Amino acid sequence: MTKTIITVVGEDTVGIIAKVCTYLADNDVNVEDISQTIIQSYFNMMMIVDTSKSTKPFGEMVSDLKKIGDDIGLKIRCQHEDIFTRMHRI
Amino acid sequence: MINIFEVYETNKMIEQEQLDVRTITMGISLLDCIDSNLDTVNNKIYDKITRAAKDLVSVGRDIEREYGIPIVNKRISVTPIALVGGPACHSPEDFVTIAKTLDEAAKATEVNFLGGYSALVSKGMTPAEENLIRSIPMALASTERVCSSVNIGSTKTGINMDAVKLMGEIVKETAVATKDNSSMGCAKLVVFCNAPDDNPFMAGAFHGVTEGDTVINVGVSGPGVVKRALESVRGENFEVLCETVKKTAFKVTRAGQLVAQEASDRLGVPFGIVDLSLAPTPSVGDSVAEILEEMGLESVGAPGTTAALALLNDQVKKGGVMASSFVGGLSGAFLPVSEDQGMIDAVNRGALTIEKLEAMTCVCSVGLDMIAIPGTTSAATISGIIADEAAIGMINQKTTAVRLIPVIGKDVGDTVEFGGLLGYAPIQRVNTFSCEDFINRGGRIPAPIHSFKN
Repeated sequence: MTKTIITVVGEDTVGIIAKVCTYLADNDVNVEDISQTIIQSYFNMMMIVDTSKSTKPFGEMVSDLKKIGDDIGLKIRCQHEDIFTRMHRI
Repeated sequence: MINIFEVYETNKMIEQEQLDVRTITMGISLLDCIDSNLDTVNNKIYDKITRAAKDLVSVGRDIEREYGIPIVNKRISVTPIALVGGPACHSPEDFVTIAKTLDEAAKATEVNFLGGYSALVSKGMTPAEENLIRSIPMALASTERVCSSVNIGSTKTGINMDAVKLMGEIVKETAVATKDNSSMGCAKLVVFCNAPDDNPFMAGAFHGVTEGDTVINVGVSGPGVVKRALESVRGENFEVLCETVKKTAFKVTRAGQLVAQEASDRLGVPFGIVDLSLAPTPSVGDSVAEILEEMGLESVGAPGTTAALALLNDQVKKGGVMASSFVGGLSGAFLPVSEDQGMIDAVNRGALTIEKLEAMTCVCSVGLDMIAIPGTTSAATISGIIADEAAIGMINQKTTAVRLIPVIGKDVGDTVEFGGLLGYAPIQRVNTFSCEDFINRGGRIPAPIHSFKN
């Protein structure tokens, strides 16, 4: 099963992880890994999640997460892992 | 496991450096639509296209959303219409009805361009092919999304100079027929030498007769990504420069290959090829000219430009070939003047002439592309430019093309606006010495000696 990568980029604020995780839990998405760092003074968080148990269509999840991000002034993207592995692994 | 920096790099390419998949083009064979009755042909063509491509745009949008990479265009290419319409069309007007059908099918499937209103006449013209060619001005003036191309030569056959002469006239007539719209018809008309059967890029896409019933071809892009990568190796030697282009091209192409496979699986249509071309757009930071300037040229057009372009084109291919299982189409750097802000700037500052652009086409695909010239340019001069470009393609065993826009009512010093992806262009000066007697000779230029390889 391919994994999904969720990225959050923007100003660091209180409760970012909580908001995203609540949404994921509500939709039966399992978080497998979280890492975060500061790149060029921006807060960057990446989550590797498993959406195989979720009943939510992938496209809807993409727009829901984008909206959560828009509400708190952050950029949240949700993408199939393949786009990254194809580009960075032979 | 993928790490956060790799994810960041990919998303930065997409968000800040205009990495995108330029086009998913579905090739559709119309050979099974051939009939001697014109209405039947038109109905069959409309049915086949709207059936085969009904999910193309929606699948493209899904992939775009799920992988987070923009797919700018969804398009269709069809079997050259001169072959499909031949038995039913007895006049240019008959062919125009097919152009209108194609336009309606393009609108129904929501694709922005449909290519294949084409004739392959590299050695000779059948009456049907001549009728199709003569119908091009009318067809492009009465449709919105149909693109046309004519192949007038190849390394194997030589150059059909009768067709070259005719195409000079047709380009001019198309300009006149669409003069109220900046002679826009000419932006949708390409004259080729060595046209590939599987090119996904417009306006020259058509579905070759060697292809299967349907196929998915994908054109990647990413001049912005290459430019940014080169910023990090300023002042380094050519080895480092080449490595950087190659690695970047690999990454860009892998994204294209992924999209191509996904589209092919979801549509249930075989995957054809990934076209490795670097295709610019008018937006700032998405320019091939800027890459060349980043390599160390004050302006594109300066001495060294041809070498820089040769290097770029070759490294893009070397990186790209390893990233995809099948590479094809045009695969090279595009130089459409009106669609590349860096090219437009270079023309405006007097650094880039048509002659230099012609030299550049010797080392890259595809040719003299989206160049606006004075509306007063004669048909014979346009034919002369087409012949020169075709000769470069024929001798060098590569694809070359001409997409000139003689803008009626405009002259050197004026600017013409096409809008959207087609951009805008300053009118460029054309050498006005006559080649009329040369063009009027008629007949064929024989195939070059090195084409006889058997």
